[in-house]
Amino acid sequence: MTTVAPVEEASKENISQEEVHHDHRLFGLAAFLVADGMTFAGFFAAYLTFRAVNPLLPGAIYELELPLPTLNTVLLLISSATFHRAGQALKRNETDLCRRWLLITATLGSAFLASQMVEYFTLPFGLTDNVYASTFYALTGFHGLHVTLGTLMILIVWWQTRKPNGRISSENVFPLEATELYWHFVDGIWVILFIILYLL
Amino acid sequence: MTLASSPDLSKESEPLQPKGWLRYFSFSVDHKVIGLQYLICGFIFYLIGGALASAIRIELTSPISDFMPRDVYNQVLTLHGTIMIFLWIVPVVNGAFGNYLIPFYVGARDMAFPRLNAVAFWLIPPAGLMLISSYFITGAAESGWTAYPPLSINTPAAGQIIWILSVLLLGGSSIFGGINFIATILKLRRPGLGLMQLPMYCWAMLGTSILVVLSTPVLAGTLILLSFDIVAHTGFFNPVMGGNVIVYQHLFWFYSHPAVYIMVLPAFGLVSEILPVHCRKPLFGYTTMVYSIMAIVVLGLVVWAHHMFTSGTPPWMRLFFTIATSFIAVPTGIKFFNWVATLWGGRISLNSAILFSCGFIINFVLGGITGVALAQVPFDIHVHDTYFVVAHFHYIVYGGSVFVIFSSIYHWYPKFTGRMLNENLGRLHFLLTFVGFNLCFAPQHWLGLNGMPRRVAEYDPQFTFVNQLSSAGALLMAISTLPFLWNVFQSAFNGPIAGDNPWKALTPEWLTSSPPPVENWEGPAPLVKEPYGYGETPETLEVALDKDLELGGDEK
Ligand code: HEM
Ligand SMILES: [Cu+2]
Repeated sequence: MTTVAPVEEASKENISQEEVHHDHRLFGLAAFLVADGMTFAGFFAAYLTFRAVNPLLPGAIYELELPLPTLNTVLLLISSATFHRAGQALKRNETDLCRRWLLITATLGSAFLASQMVEYFTLPFGLTDNVYASTFYALTGFHGLHVTLGTLMILIVWWQTRKPNGRISSENVFPLEATELYWHFVDGIWVILFIILYLL
Repeated sequence: MTLASSPDLSKESEPLQPKGWLRYFSFSVDHKVIGLQYLICGFIFYLIGGALASAIRIELTSPISDFMPRDVYNQVLTLHGTIMIFLWIVPVVNGAFGNYLIPFYVGARDMAFPRLNAVAFWLIPPAGLMLISSYFITGAAESGWTAYPPLSINTPAAGQIIWILSVLLLGGSSIFGGINFIATILKLRRPGLGLMQLPMYCWAMLGTSILVVLSTPVLAGTLILLSFDIVAHTGFFNPVMGGNVIVYQHLFWFYSHPAVYIMVLPAFGLVSEILPVHCRKPLFGYTTMVYSIMAIVVLGLVVWAHHMFTSGTPPWMRLFFTIATSFIAVPTGIKFFNWVATLWGGRISLNSAILFSCGFIINFVLGGITGVALAQVPFDIHVHDTYFVVAHFHYIVYGGSVFVIFSSIYHWYPKFTGRMLNENLGRLHFLLTFVGFNLCFAPQHWLGLNGMPRRVAEYDPQFTFVNQLSSAGALLMAISTLPFLWNVFQSAFNGPIAGDNPWKALTPEWLTSSPPPVENWEGPAPLVKEPYGYGETPETLEVALDKDLELGGDEK
């Protein structure tokens, strides 16, 4: 039994209209970031529960210092803005300007990582001291991993915008846009993390 | 005029894809190849998991631990649960049928991200092999599929870590798949095809994928914390260091209750495709079906603590989770009545596909009833961690999802291969499975009510006879696989030629050759606005086909 008889009648425009391929990669990335965000949400929920139901003895509690993480927050927020500038520059086809902003963003990311390292080495507690210490390192470490990955991606984007052989240009902005979305996400997570871990 | 051969339309297709059976061993990006890869790979794991189940039932024919050492029993139990959930049901009801059918249903030539799709599949075989080989190399994990600490921290670490790694890989595969389904259903629909015109399986997969994307990452995070506890001796789940084992349970069930819907919602969708075709009636209550699925998705995210009523949960939490869980029975019940109403007064052909679907309806309603009973705290405290729970969830995952998988294989095999299966062997398969399944699991309700704990190899001798009954059922289930396997293998070569549309179905996968061409249709994708527009009788079907199908139609 065949049912596909009317196929021949389909007109040419009709077909080409059907076969247009839109780019859904940013949508896919956004869905992935929702998933990634849920991983963080799980960690946050665990941390808050530990705090609510497992109080430590008074002597075991350590007040985190604020200056360094506040600096870190500022660094990341600025880097979001500089990345945005890079994206705009690329769309206007000002590749050199874009590359400069990219390098600044990568530098800010590296500065964040360096200052995070400084904080790690000056903290008086280690990974296995108690459950807060463990959660602190797990959360900041998992986030730091994201920053590391993001910085590497920015450097790759920077390398690929070189002239004349780079593959990213105003014709092909997706890799830059994707990295930018990811970077904003990582910054957003940091802000939540900063509030929950340091301010609460 | 054939689109398949015009080069500018063949998107993303790798030039060097092998042809013939070899492509099933390649990094193919064709959604139909990937779907069958999922199906066959999953079935191999099902056979392994089934062998492990047989070993468990053999051990349990006598009240003492005699067939295998106790630690081996624990490993076998853990492997059985993990394989059946993560390597058989989840990949098959989602990955296999989802990949094969969803692009057809939305009128696309492939999934939104074909390469990501192939990556998602190819994560599965290594993860499965790693999990199983851990038994031979280091000893497998011993703490059950739930891996509760402190048990999972105090059993041998190597096997547990390998278990965590493979579950992380499988979770990753599942997340990639979920993203792909969401993008395909929402973004790749053929112009002119509205959301409320999609076949029900699309809605089921959309809901499932939302659950996958929201809940699987939480399991991944939890298992990462658990592995820190095991390897680095942190104290997340260790009360001595200020940690809390209950937090693990909350996080674990935040994933694993939705996971039961990840296993059963796609099965709901598949049944909703199969029933109308074989009883020649429209699916009853399409709109209520859609809203029920979405209600299940939302409610499914807020009922997890019904697994923890005996974990010292405070009264307000018990109250909340009892009420929320009982509410889930409402949308589930709506779906049940819709299926029954679809069958009601239909011209039912009692073939293997519909037999398994009806078996699903019967088993699922029984499992649903015990589920609602378990949601009531006073009852649950009595039977928690007994065989009653084992009976409940096997009625749903086996009696529900696995029956639907078989039903779907009988329904879509002609499309997959171009040949028909043998109906008599199929009916024999159904009879053996249905009788074997009920004989195996119905007695376990009684065992649980009378206090036989689950997950233990030894039991009170008064339970011996009923356990032997259950094991006899398991034997029947094992035997039932043989006619199925024989049928599937020999029909692939000798079965009668199926033709394009042996069931006279209206959904788009049938409006093309069997098996379909690489680009799914030789011409433009058909626009099927009424996937269930069956006439009341087969005679009016021809009219229905003319009236309700606008092939290649253009909506402006
Ligand atoms: C009508 C809806 C359902 C209700 C009200 C319900 C309720 C429950 C409750 C309260 C438990 C906990 C029992 C205990 O451990 O003491 C439970 C366990 C379980 N349910 Fe359901 N359930 C329902 C549907 C399902 C579905 C659709 C599935 C799977 C597809 C499922 C699979 C499971 C599994 C696997 C367990 C045991 C988990 C374990 O401890 O290993 N249930 N159910
Ligand atoms: Cu549950």
